[in-house]
Amino acid sequence: MAGSGRGRGRAAFTFNIEAIGFSKGASLPDAVCKPPPPFPSTDNKPVPLKTGEDEDYMLALKQDFRGTMKKMPYFLAVEEEREAIERYSKKYQSREKEHAAWTPDWRRLPREMKPRKKMKKASVKPRKAKSSDPKSNLDVLKKIEELEKKDDEEEKSEDEKDKTKDKEGEDDDEAEEPEEYDEEEHEEENDYISSYFEDGDDFGAGSDDNMDEATY
Amino acid sequence: MTQAEIKLCSLLLREHFGEIVERVGALLVRAGAQPLRMLVGDTGLSLEQVKKALCVLLQHNLATFQLPKRGGVEYEARAERVLRILRYPRYIYAAKTLYGDTGELLVEELLLNGKMTMSAAVRKVADRLTETMEDGRTMEYADVSSTFVRLADTHLVQRCPLLPEPPQGPPGPAPTLVLDEKEMYTVPRLNLTGRGKRRRSCEEEEEEGEPRAKKQKADGEGSEPPPEDDGIYWQVNLERFHQHFRDQAIVSAVANRMDQTSSEIVRTMLRMSEVTTASGAPYTQPLSSNEIFRSLPAGYNISKQVLDQYLTLLADDPLEFVGKSGDSGGGMYTVNLHKALTSLATATLESIVEERFGSRCARIFRLLLRKKHLEQKQVEDFAMIPAKEAKEMLYRMLSENFVALQEPPNGHQELPNGHQEPPLLCPTSTGTPTLPQGPPWHLLRAREWSGLRMPLARSFCSRVTEVSCFTRYTDSE
Repeated sequence: MAGSGRGRGRAAFTFNIEAIGFSKGASLPDAVCKPPPPFPSTDNKPVPLKTGEDEDYMLALKQDFRGTMKKMPYFLAVEEEREAIERYSKKYQSREKEHAAWTPDWRRLPREMKPRKKMKKASVKPRKAKSSDPKSNLDVLKKIEELEKKDDEEEKSEDEKDKTKDKEGEDDDEAEEPEEYDEEEHEEENDYISSYFEDGDDFGAGSDDNMDEATY
Repeated sequence: MTQAEIKLCSLLLREHFGEIVERVGALLVRAGAQPLRMLVGDTGLSLEQVKKALCVLLQHNLATFQLPKRGGVEYEARAERVLRILRYPRYIYAAKTLYGDTGELLVEELLLNGKMTMSAAVRKVADRLTETMEDGRTMEYADVSSTFVRLADTHLVQRCPLLPEPPQGPPGPAPTLVLDEKEMYTVPRLNLTGRGKRRRSCEEEEEEGEPRAKKQKADGEGSEPPPEDDGIYWQVNLERFHQHFRDQAIVSAVANRMDQTSSEIVRTMLRMSEVTTASGAPYTQPLSSNEIFRSLPAGYNISKQVLDQYLTLLADDPLEFVGKSGDSGGGMYTVNLHKALTSLATATLESIVEERFGSRCARIFRLLLRKKHLEQKQVEDFAMIPAKEAKEMLYRMLSENFVALQEPPNGHQELPNGHQEPPLLCPTSTGTPTLPQGPPWHLLRAREWSGLRMPLARSFCSRVTEVSCFTRYTDSE
């Protein structure tokens, strides 16, 4: 960069200007005050891409290859987070698992590559222990329900059993809920909540307003 | 490996294998050989994921393992091999031109799966071909097998290294795979009979076909006996494909420079030397004119005299594609592979400079290629370009890394204008290679870079030049 020659009013360089190739007294090019534009116009445009039948076919091959690779078992995608709500459309979107999971030839690989079988056994055991507990609670609940109902409607009990089966694995608090619902929906198979309308002495007698017919 | 190449490797891995493999692979490319626990620590992935990713990389020949002296197993990525993924469509298309649809599908399946046994490959390809055929027709395994054998005979596919036959002593942490040079292309004797199956059951199948199809289905669903060629895996021999491309480039260059007949002669010579000449050899084995005459393709009925004239012309050509090495047998001729590739690469570089900077810059560039080192003044004189413009052009090429400055070696006389700065060519990160002294494959890389339609690589490389250009300006502020 040019040294400041403000004192003398004349610019002087700290190095020999002739080294870069400017002869003494020749005009220097304009000083650059700002960065060059990001997309300067070019005089020489790039050569167009090679096109032809061969190239088109190779391009089609490439796109094909990319697509096929994504479906192969070698493509390890990061697992998406499970959605909180199960969407209805998931049933109809085909989860493609056409190619079975691939197992390499373990003889050709270092021994440490093989997944350890011991780990799998250890993880299965605690799962079994956990799953047995809620089941035992639900069995007890089922027995209680069966004892309570005397005149029956087997359909109801079956519905309740289905409900309890659906709620397997949940906490005890939630399993108690079917009991609360039982009382309300137990008595009649209709949409009305039975406690809303109580049969009383005034049943049928409250509709005397504006009646033309005589009452006997 | 330059930064740009490393980035390209990781993009290719992500595109074809997913993010997990990309992270493992990119780390291996950047950091070199690593043991398993280092990989787990540095990538931040779980052990299971790293193991799966390594299995995928090993299966596709993109990584290798070795047993260092201090014990344990170290994994290393083959970055060059990862970059070859860009060329897969070219390989598949070359197989198609040579061996038809069957060859194309065989090579494609081998590239998709990394390595396969012959029986698995033949079965898959027969099924795929049967899908596309008209109803009722199926593809015989025997046809596909014969194409596979032809691929092996021309060395386009090769065997993978094998496990040593009887397991030696207690099993170590990793098997040492042995590659037998002589056995690399021998096809195992297989009794593959059968035909391709369609995925859905066709009602149009003849009655004979149906019971057979049912029987095959039953076999497939039950436990299959281990195939006869268990343990013998095949992979695509990329080097052989590169040789094929090299030959194609030379033949088309001769066709452009001279005529169709001379290119056919050169093609014949190259075909005859396919298996006799090593891949890195500077020139082919000498071939006599009589031999060439006998091996010309059937359609060409030129007389012996005409052939001799063509050969003399080719040998006298200043480009020196063909050289004469003796006079016995009507004249012994060789193809000068290294020289041919050098001239092709040089022509490519010159055309790149011409298209990018203009014809006068190209003139300066050609000068520099010939003279290697030149001073500022000499450039102006030899190129016959006024000083100011020559300076500007040199600076433009310098800023884009096509040309470099160098201090003169000591002992050089000092001229009155102080330091001399002879520009000289040097390898750069934009991919322009050195002048050929090493093996010729670097030259092929420059050549294909300019000509091939590979959108991913091309757009990326040009972005790199833009960035380097801008940083130069900011540095000088």
